[in-house]
Amino acid sequence: MLKKIIKITLAALLVMSMLATAAMAGATLKIESWRNDDSEIWTDIIIPAFNKAHPDIKVTFSPMPPAEYNAGLNAKLAGGTAGDLITCRPFDASLELFKKGYLVGLDDLKGMNEFSDVAKSAWQTDDGKSTFAVPMASVIHGFIYNKEAFKELGLSVPTTEAEFFAVLDKIKADGSYIPLSMGTADQWEAATMGFQNIGPNYWKGEEGRKALIAGTAKLTDKPYTDTWKQLAKWAPYMGKGFKAQKYPDSQNLFTLGRAVIYPAGSWDIATFNTQADFEFGAFPPPLPAGAKKGYISDHTDIALGLNTASKNQEAARTFLAWMTTAEFADLYANALPGFFPLSSHKVSLKDPVAQEFVDWRNTHESTIRNSYQILSRGTPNLENQLWNVSSRVINGTMTPEEASKETQAGLEKWYKPQQ
Amino acid sequence: MSVRGGKFAGFPHHVIVFLAPATIIYTMFMVYPLLDSIRLSLYSTDGTGAFHFTGLTNYITLITDPEWSNAFWNALKNNFKFFCVHMLVQNPIGIMLAALLSLPKLKGRTAYRTLIFMPTMLSVVIIGFIWQLILSPLWGVSESLLGFIGLTDWFQPWLGQEGTALLTLALISVWQFVGIPMMLIYAALLNIPEDLTESAIIDGATHWEIFWHIKLPLILPTIAMVSILTFVANFNAFDLIYSVKGALAGPDFSTDIMGTLFYRTFFGFQLQLGNPTMGATVATMMFGVILVGVLFYLFVLQRKLRRYAL
Amino acid sequence: MPKTRQAISSMAIHAILVSYMLIALWPIFLTIINSFKSRKAIFGDPMGLPGVDTFSLKGFEKVLLRSDFEIYFMNSIIVTIATLALVLILGAMAAWALSEYRFKGNKLLGLYLAIGIMIPIRLGSVSLLQLIVNMNLANTLTALVLVYIAQSLPLAIFILSEFMQQIPKDLKEAARCDGVNEYTIFFKVILPLTRPAIATVGVFTLVPVWNDLWFPLILAPSEKTQTITLGVQQFIGQYVTDWNAVLASLTLAIVPILIIYILLSRHLIRGITAGAVK
Repeated sequence: MLKKIIKITLAALLVMSMLATAAMAGATLKIESWRNDDSEIWTDIIIPAFNKAHPDIKVTFSPMPPAEYNAGLNAKLAGGTAGDLITCRPFDASLELFKKGYLVGLDDLKGMNEFSDVAKSAWQTDDGKSTFAVPMASVIHGFIYNKEAFKELGLSVPTTEAEFFAVLDKIKADGSYIPLSMGTADQWEAATMGFQNIGPNYWKGEEGRKALIAGTAKLTDKPYTDTWKQLAKWAPYMGKGFKAQKYPDSQNLFTLGRAVIYPAGSWDIATFNTQADFEFGAFPPPLPAGAKKGYISDHTDIALGLNTASKNQEAARTFLAWMTTAEFADLYANALPGFFPLSSHKVSLKDPVAQEFVDWRNTHESTIRNSYQILSRGTPNLENQLWNVSSRVINGTMTPEEASKETQAGLEKWYKPQQ
Repeated sequence: MSVRGGKFAGFPHHVIVFLAPATIIYTMFMVYPLLDSIRLSLYSTDGTGAFHFTGLTNYITLITDPEWSNAFWNALKNNFKFFCVHMLVQNPIGIMLAALLSLPKLKGRTAYRTLIFMPTMLSVVIIGFIWQLILSPLWGVSESLLGFIGLTDWFQPWLGQEGTALLTLALISVWQFVGIPMMLIYAALLNIPEDLTESAIIDGATHWEIFWHIKLPLILPTIAMVSILTFVANFNAFDLIYSVKGALAGPDFSTDIMGTLFYRTFFGFQLQLGNPTMGATVATMMFGVILVGVLFYLFVLQRKLRRYAL
Repeated sequence: MPKTRQAISSMAIHAILVSYMLIALWPIFLTIINSFKSRKAIFGDPMGLPGVDTFSLKGFEKVLLRSDFEIYFMNSIIVTIATLALVLILGAMAAWALSEYRFKGNKLLGLYLAIGIMIPIRLGSVSLLQLIVNMNLANTLTALVLVYIAQSLPLAIFILSEFMQQIPKDLKEAARCDGVNEYTIFFKVILPLTRPAIATVGVFTLVPVWNDLWFPLILAPSEKTQTITLGVQQFIGQYVTDWNAVLASLTLAIVPILIIYILLSRHLIRGITAGAVK
């Protein structure tokens, strides 16, 4: 037995040493990303397009499992083994990387002027002086609905909240569908697809978001409590056992035709295109009673930065500069309907539902999620709190007033302008 | 049990040969990185990422600042519940299965043992995934099963409710790991010399009596070891809850245990930035809790049991 | 004991074992049958067997065509076997020394060797990665093996020394009286005697090493060194929706380890029965 063990070990060690490879040299750019869903799009469409103009630069897209991305990336950056190009989440997570010197400032990058200040704001220092990533896309919130079920039940697209609930009531009365496909098990669904989706109509988009940061508005103010009150009203229309319903469940309920209305992020379009065998459309968050103007969450979501430790700075800059062009914007937007380019190039979208979403930019005021800039820097973390309280409000284990009070107290604990 | 042929006091070279390889690899790739990181708990970072020595400030914050201490005590409490479920469900089932499997002349022993151990081989990704599918109220697996025995109304979204989520997760974990106590205790039962039980069989004792009066006292040291291993594993648990409930361990942190609290603090989560210094503090506290348990085992339980058992 | 009573009790025993076996296996069975079904069928009838209209190999096709499955598989096998062999031999040696020889600091060293299972291992990730990079071992399987050995040793030593303490004294003393040296005692007497425990520890070591995602991800993520567990993760997207692909990739990742386990467990059982002190 012992001899066998030793033999096996020696054999294994031998094979290992043969397989062991030193880090590869040469201009191969490695992109770190959490979007393993987009692996095929990068490998088959985007990188080949780039290589047409720059055949000498090899690019590999090497995504990590999304749940491990932040932890894995930080460990690799600290250990010095991270890739050349780093996919960046918006605001503080990336700002922190820049402050620690892991990301290179990109203000002098050719093509950065294609982005508006708002587009760049998610990847800038607080004073707006340095930008450290090339913005790739934003995502828009709204509702996606099953057009065929709407026709079957004789429903029309709701524009006000009263109409919205009338539609939900009709679906519920009919009984053959679940009216609203959302769950609270993942918590973020309640906060992001719920609170951040309909909230801007109440707090008047940017106006309310900036007031919170300035400390002139509080989370105990009416707009916020009202948003949670609306959310609490959703529960009766949600699927049975929604407390244990996770995000993929919600998606599947909708694409399998069992639920009619789906509180959405525009990124869902790509998934739904391949999975739903019925026609679907979208509508923006319905207006609260008395409101004239609509607001949408048009959230800066994803960007690409340059690793300071990269040995291929020039090649990486070439790639990033290419990402500011109209060619990239067009490829990316059409390969991933629902991720909307942030550059000023005119892009024509081939996907009708994605076009619907992006058209709201003309009729509505855009804002970003109110917890992302500055307000989630301290302990307790506002975004985490919003997840927690929004799901509890829908679960019915917390009142909207309590949700307001808890989050405001959390903010006051560390955020000077709110104290 | 004496040391023989010692060339220098207390450390004959065969002892060194036996111990050195394991100790060296372990020290380099386990203890060094862990201690190097635990050191961080005595520091704080500023905006630029530089570390400053702050002594025990982090520990004081963790225990006294309600923002931290609430989460900490909540996680510790949940962790004890998690452990209790394992002690009360996993280990008794494990002992029972091992006892049944070690019965003489049992047919199909091998098949049973191999198959019952299977869940332990699976990765947590698959276990979380499949149990969510089974317990999901939307797809109706459990509900229709309960329907067979007329308990449809009894069904609830167990994984989503504050009162039941932790218990459900603990039971899933029990389901996965019951093979471990079973195997260890089975191995111990096989080690019991047959002559000890033979005379009892001749006296007409039943299997039950033999197990209860002869075998059980003899395997107490193994049961104690299984208990401490359960304790250590439970207070280090993380994967299952992370894969099913995410790092925020909802609803309302009702499934938050030390492992998820550590992960959330150390690596950050969503918009919450990683805090290596507080994370290391949480990890050190976990270490402290586990160490107390292990010391209790080594210096109280193990000694007592040895005296009675052999 | 009357014959009928014996029959009843043996039936009861089998009933308990069979019902527990069903509890243990049913979810695995569910995973496997659903990996062969279309997405619609998974949700329409989760418990149904794949039929003519629901049968789908889409998930398997995707995984097998779009990844270097054989490389991942070989990497996992190499890492797992090398780790297993070294942990068992080094762990048994250390456990023996700790449980048999009384020397200064014995208890302390025992405690020291157990620290590893008391601290969340991810805490040391950054230091570990830096160490591996400095040793020029990043993106090698050797790095994984070294880390897994270090990670598995505490449990192995802990369990094995517990079992070694239970070895009856007379067996060892008899050998010593014959003037046999300590190495021979260990390899010829003690190792065979503790085979059941060694086999058990082997299985316990195997599982976390095979299933680990974290260390392959940060220490050896390159295309050539990916393990199977990391390799199939690329098919589980940010939002896990395509459940038949997920189930297929998970099935592909577990089937090899189940086969290894079944093969191993035949040896294991022989080891257990042969090693039992009679």
